[in-house]
Amino acid sequence: MSYQPSIGDGVPDSNSSSHLFPTRMNNSTHKSSQRINGLVDRLFGWAALFAACLTLSMLMGILLSLVSGAWPAIHEYGFGFLTRSVWDPVKSEFGGLVMIYGTLATSIIALAIAVPVSFGIALFLTELSPAWLKRPLGTAIELLAAIPSIVYGMWGLLVFGPILSAYVQIPLQKLLGSVPIVGALVGGPPVGIGILSAGIILAIMIIPFIASVMRDVFEVTPPLLKESAYALGSTTWEVVSKVVLPYTKAGVIGGIMLGLGRALGETMAVTFVIGNMNQLNSISFFEPANSITSALANEFAEASTGLHQASLIYLGLVLFFITFVVLTLSKLLLSRMRKNEGTSS
Amino acid sequence: MSQGKVAKFEARKRTNQIAIASSMAAMAFGLIWLIWILWQTIFLGIHGLSVATFTEMTPAPNDPGGIANALYGSFVMVMLATFVGTPIGVMAGIYLAEYNPKGQLSNVTRFVNEILLSAPSIVIGLFVYTLVVARFNTFSGWAGILALALIVIPVVIRTTENMLLLVPYGLREAAYALGAPKWKVIIGITLKAARSGVVTGILLAVARISGETAPLLFTSLNNQFWTSSLNGPVASLPVTIFKFAMSPYQNWQELAWAGVFLITLAVLGLNILARVLTRQKS
Amino acid sequence: MQSETITQSKISVKDLNFYYGKFHALKNINLEIPENKVTAFIGPSGCGKSTLLRTFNRMFELYPEQRAEGSIVLDGENLLTSKEDVALIRAKVGMVFQKPTPFPMSIFDNIAFGVKLFENLSKSEMEDRVEWALRKAALWGEVKDKLQQSGSGLSGGQQQRLCIARGIAIKPEVLLLDEPCSALDPISTAKVEELIIELKQDYTVVIVTHNMQQAARCSDFTAYMYLGDLVEFGPTEQMFFKPQRKETEDYITGRFG
Repeated sequence: MSYQPSIGDGVPDSNSSSHLFPTRMNNSTHKSSQRINGLVDRLFGWAALFAACLTLSMLMGILLSLVSGAWPAIHEYGFGFLTRSVWDPVKSEFGGLVMIYGTLATSIIALAIAVPVSFGIALFLTELSPAWLKRPLGTAIELLAAIPSIVYGMWGLLVFGPILSAYVQIPLQKLLGSVPIVGALVGGPPVGIGILSAGIILAIMIIPFIASVMRDVFEVTPPLLKESAYALGSTTWEVVSKVVLPYTKAGVIGGIMLGLGRALGETMAVTFVIGNMNQLNSISFFEPANSITSALANEFAEASTGLHQASLIYLGLVLFFITFVVLTLSKLLLSRMRKNEGTSS
Repeated sequence: MSQGKVAKFEARKRTNQIAIASSMAAMAFGLIWLIWILWQTIFLGIHGLSVATFTEMTPAPNDPGGIANALYGSFVMVMLATFVGTPIGVMAGIYLAEYNPKGQLSNVTRFVNEILLSAPSIVIGLFVYTLVVARFNTFSGWAGILALALIVIPVVIRTTENMLLLVPYGLREAAYALGAPKWKVIIGITLKAARSGVVTGILLAVARISGETAPLLFTSLNNQFWTSSLNGPVASLPVTIFKFAMSPYQNWQELAWAGVFLITLAVLGLNILARVLTRQKS
Repeated sequence: MQSETITQSKISVKDLNFYYGKFHALKNINLEIPENKVTAFIGPSGCGKSTLLRTFNRMFELYPEQRAEGSIVLDGENLLTSKEDVALIRAKVGMVFQKPTPFPMSIFDNIAFGVKLFENLSKSEMEDRVEWALRKAALWGEVKDKLQQSGSGLSGGQQQRLCIARGIAIKPEVLLLDEPCSALDPISTAKVEELIIELKQDYTVVIVTHNMQQAARCSDFTAYMYLGDLVEFGPTEQMFFKPQRKETEDYITGRFG
């Protein structure tokens, strides 16, 4: 339901040709309508202020509730929780390392794929695409961003997974399986779930987001600046990489960090394909694993109150903290970069 | 032109061509996923769709049925969450744009809002859990509505503020010059001028929460049966899909595809509607 | 008041027509740009003077709805149909724009940018080139101690001279200036005008200006344009004191525009 403003309520008006403002009135009605207006004005102002403060209290509330819910686990494990890898609900022993690793690994894979692709898309949309293609393509990319993550998750599990297994994982294993170090990364069951799968699905999810931010930022580059570079005899690639990119680097980094934040906090897309294993048998990307969000999604509703639930909330707190830091960092970077433009290249 | 210059230029030209080709490949890469995902969703979704989908409850595995209760539950929760979240979001947006845009409180609120916008929605679910579910010792539709409302609010705040700021200041000044009180200027002039943008923002918020699963996972939980009461667990489309899709049962998976198709339809439809509204205005 | 002797033609424009989509912006332009002189394009807003200038380095190609027909001959080759890559053409025909556009990098790197594209200079050679360009642009004294600072830290007039230095550094043969002083204060404008007069020793300069006095001060030849037509072209003194066409005289004396 959308907000329906009501106009002219409670204001006595002798001639109401305009609904919006009090027209000429005689003195007595003027004074009383002024009083009412003053009152409504004050109330309105307070209501707006209250709504704004509500936002602040939301953040406070989230932090407080997370800390209080996680307290039993914080009390029991302290920061050691972050480096323990045991997760045993039966023996009531918990540690968050597996999930934290899962969250970080999938997000990093997602960024590694999404950033160059997004850059390519933004470059295409701003410099290479014919005019008639720009809007439909831009819209297509934005629609990709609107698709709910549960669609990605389900598609990832039931459609993409088997294909990844057959065409990427199994051949990769055959190719690299015996190579030291790299071979360990591609060991594990190549069944289309695991960290690699989740990372790729995440990448597809955050590409439209990062690409639209990059495109918006490239587009506000002053055309005169680009023309100056062309006028010196630069190629398109040189104009974009040496002039546009430095000019927009604040926005670009900000967009990437926002994409990272999104990837870190994503639940459904990851939960479907990550495999939901609370132990890490190896460092292989093909191994089923768990992220903070998938662990929460799978276990929280049935977790027994006590250390199990508290440990899960502790994980939620860690996740919130990481996202908070990434976001704040991106904002800091943005403001610092604007100041430092060009002191050294 | 000297030999050295030509050779260097050839290399630069090559780099340029590689860059252009890569960029086109990236574009194609992005489009392929979109087309593939949409195609599969439509194809498998329609396949699993039938009249029963809309009229029957969620069944036991391998029994025929539909997702009527999930559809109803989602509809009610999304509507109520929008009802609750929109006025708060609009009022806060009004505060930020009209009542002290450069003040300390506004700056902090904006920053906090950005964080809440990007906060993992599952954390919102945890918050509402500790606040409501644990307190009253039951999963409930109300908790689900609260969680969704908490997601609506930051989105609406941001779009409302941005849209209000786009209204030219001269419009407000003209109204003040006629002697209108502040609240009338805001509601009667500024908000009205920004109306389509604000509505678009609300539509986008609705689209966003229609597809949200995580915040419902431990607030409204899920329900196999029809319920008209919000005091207990309520079936919702996303959570039902989650449960069905992860299962090994074929009829459940088919229903899950149908559900995913319906959600995608609704979300894309709302997004396109929002776009049309924005374009109409300009 | 010496009259100009017959000079060599650097750019020959023949039957040039230009279109923005369906709009016929330049109509059958025929013009000879003399070598090592300053030629000014003047005329009221919308007459096509900037459009004409931007055909000389094919800047219009960045925008798909713009196209040019006819011939623009530079050094014996038609720029419009040349097989040479447009980037190489632009290295020969430099351009400075209405607003100063320093790149987001240090002053040194701004100047070095264009040079690095086409030449492999050693560190000391590059430093020499940068100094040379900045001296030519009458900016060296003011920036020699802060070459590593950002270009955007300079004043408007200095930034524009930086852009001129940047354009000169690649040693083009022709320098196109599109209303170079329109964003500058009077003092900076005076400095840039001095620079323009000096530059013609080494370059062919074409300047678009809406300021007639500036054209009278700086240029040797002037072209008066109106609504896409080249109305009159000739030595500046003759154009301003004894124009041959009534339209020219009306414009010069301020009867309109």
